[in-house]
Amino acid sequence: MGHDEDLKFTPLYDLHRELGGKMVPFAGYAMPVQYPAGILTEHKATRAAAGLFDVSHMGQAWLEGADVAASLETLVPGDIKGLLPGQIRYTLLMAADGGILDDLMVTRPLDDADGSRLFLVVNAACKDQDFAHIATRLAGRARLTRLDDRALLALQGPKATEVMARLGPAANDLVFMTASPVAVAGIDCLVSRSGYTGEDGFEISVPADRAVALARALLAEPEVSPIGLGARDSLRLEAGLCLYGHDIDTTTDPIEASLAWTVPKRRREAADFPGAARVLAALKDGVARRRVGIRPLGRAPAREGTAVALPGGGAVVGIVTSGGFGPSVDGPVAMGYVPPDLARAGTAVDLIVRGKPLPAEIVSLPFAPHRYAKA
Amino acid sequence: MTVKYTKDHEWIAVDGKTGRVGITDYAQLQLGDVVFVELPPVGKALKKGGEAAVVESVKAASEVYSPVTGTVTAANDPLADEPALANSDPQGEGWFFEVELADPAELDGLLDEAAYRDYVASLG
Repeated sequence: MGHDEDLKFTPLYDLHRELGGKMVPFAGYAMPVQYPAGILTEHKATRAAAGLFDVSHMGQAWLEGADVAASLETLVPGDIKGLLPGQIRYTLLMAADGGILDDLMVTRPLDDADGSRLFLVVNAACKDQDFAHIATRLAGRARLTRLDDRALLALQGPKATEVMARLGPAANDLVFMTASPVAVAGIDCLVSRSGYTGEDGFEISVPADRAVALARALLAEPEVSPIGLGARDSLRLEAGLCLYGHDIDTTTDPIEASLAWTVPKRRREAADFPGAARVLAALKDGVARRRVGIRPLGRAPAREGTAVALPGGGAVVGIVTSGGFGPSVDGPVAMGYVPPDLARAGTAVDLIVRGKPLPAEIVSLPFAPHRYAKA
Repeated sequence: MTVKYTKDHEWIAVDGKTGRVGITDYAQLQLGDVVFVELPPVGKALKKGGEAAVVESVKAASEVYSPVTGTVTAANDPLADEPALANSDPQGEGWFFEVELADPAELDGLLDEAAYRDYVASLG
């Protein structure tokens, strides 16, 4: 790893090396793409038992100020004012032209009686610009404090609750998209019932200097395997979840991205978020392209950038934005954009892989059913 | 039987005028789990160093280049059905194709096993 010296490290870097992680540059960090078990095994271990992911490269911050929810709502289309203490919301940081600057998780902490604090988690590759954007736009109204002294671990999979029953039983009282302070393995953490694999599970914000102790305690449990970025990507793709910079970016609006559910009625009626004009027009008049699931009918994976064409070698009409092999599906899976008249499940398309049209079908997302712990 | 290697991590095992080609153990380790292979059709003309097959891991697609010039005489169909053979037995059951050599002298330009082992060691 001759380039590691140019990269940033999470607090778990040495542990990743010790576990045999194959380290690669990702969003400026040296991160494990896989461990010796390999991506297929890691993916399946997460779906069958529990996987531990280091997501410490993601950005964590407090946003504080009087009526902080109203302030944040000037930057995102989500219902932030409606968040109850302990609730989490997935929302989008919007550009003025209706493009998406990033996707993020917003939590109102359980102890937030006066409505003055929110906990934010943003993507690693976007965090510097996101935090600068938020701090600048909300200057005088809210104060952003980066939590670079905290790590973030994700424990995902159907047996995550069995692990928590032993190490942090209070976590199992949470339902999907809620959070609470919980001591895990004796370490004070902020635990969220959330994740990005489609599985039930937890994201655990922990002080950086306790991250290794927490990771070792979790990995000591028989259900838990360490999981790298490779399986994280195949898991979220099978779950039909967007990866920023791939499935959504500054050129896509939330309606095209099939994320209309992130724009609730109150915000549509008020039209008071950046890009509202484009988003409302897209809702009213329709869009020129829509994000869909695409299932290649053969065995060849269609990667990001693959052209989507009309069947029978017809014109190119769309593009794959995420694609690869789905270990749980046991076949290739993809997401991409097609014109709305082709977006219906069951529609036949071709994927142009290495110059050859291969048959594929538009399918409903997700590829692997979500197993969230809903209330 | 002579086995030679390329710096692109293919091996070729030559028996008379025919060579059997696959990827090395180092290559399969670098690729990770192989989930798809595209093999050349029998009769296809290959050029030394030219694209002959495609191997896809969970993460990415990679080309397999022909170590020699020649004509494909066989493709390993069981590998197409079970791509994981490229991981479990890359220099045995996981072979890719067989080629009739147009110019056996091309083999002289390839690495022998010791030279290939040194080359891989130099990659760190």
